[in-house]
Amino acid sequence: MTDTPDPDTARARAAHQFIQALPHCRALSMTVQDVGAGEATVAMPWSAQIVGDPRTGVVHGGAVSALMDTTGGAAVLSHPTAPVSTATMDLRIDYMRAATPHQTITARAVCHHVTRSVAFVRAEAFDEETDKGPVAVANGAFTLDRGTRT
Amino acid sequence: MKTPEPIQIIKQRRDAALHALVSGVPYIKFLDITFDRRGDELTGVLHYDPKLIGNPMLPALHGGVTAAFLEVTAIVTLSWALIWDDLESGRIDGEALTPETLPRLPKTIDFSVDYLRAGLPRDAYARARVNRSGRRYSSVHVEAWQDNRDRLFAQGTGHFLMPPRGE
Repeated sequence: MTDTPDPDTARARAAHQFIQALPHCRALSMTVQDVGAGEATVAMPWSAQIVGDPRTGVVHGGAVSALMDTTGGAAVLSHPTAPVSTATMDLRIDYMRAATPHQTITARAVCHHVTRSVAFVRAEAFDEETDKGPVAVANGAFTLDRGTRT
Repeated sequence: MKTPEPIQIIKQRRDAALHALVSGVPYIKFLDITFDRRGDELTGVLHYDPKLIGNPMLPALHGGVTAAFLEVTAIVTLSWALIWDDLESGRIDGEALTPETLPRLPKTIDFSVDYLRAGLPRDAYARARVNRSGRRYSSVHVEAWQDNRDRLFAQGTGHFLMPPRGE
């Protein structure tokens, strides 16, 4: 890169591009809500195709996993040390309660520690009834690719 | 001596029950996951589609798709093990089973995924093993591969809350 763009805008742009470039995120209509230094918030609207229990309309845990994984990756890429790419190594999700049908699920991930090659991430997902606590929480380890080795 | 059931009748009953278990879940259809059955053994098949891609540069399957595939295989295998005895003894009529009349299914408590290598843009397979099936909780391990059974691209372990028995 030849110029030095404003870090906040560059970060937001990178995160939007990151999500928009991922076919599966488009398939699930995920949108970036907010991006900070090593933090990201991504929303996923309810839709009939991601339902796990047709009798209740509750979203499948797997779709929540996809949202958690995406949000975690976005948080890693928005870290101030500017990694060029990342991949999930390990992700553990605890399902606290069923998400209320027809509500958007929003996940917020924080990249709470970074080493030269690994990023540690925590994430929480809420439906629209935030007072009920998170729908799910996640912990993950992501690879960090810095492009050049020094 | 009782005449053994014709093989077609047995297969029909088992396949109908498996169909009822899988076909009613929209998300399984969305990901296009199907199940191959050999006796009571199930293999999940994730049919490749471009919408499953996470990183288009590689390209690789989205990590969330891999996680969902493992979780779906784990929960279907566990549910299948749960209804198998009732199905074989005739307490449940497999042919009459529909997504609406299925017994209640286990719920995921937690799920942990280990990503071993990038998922390639092609079909993937998964098999789950129920390591413990208790009255209230169970623990299931699941492995996924693509071209080579010995080269897993992901594995996972989950705990599940079992549906209340004897209603």
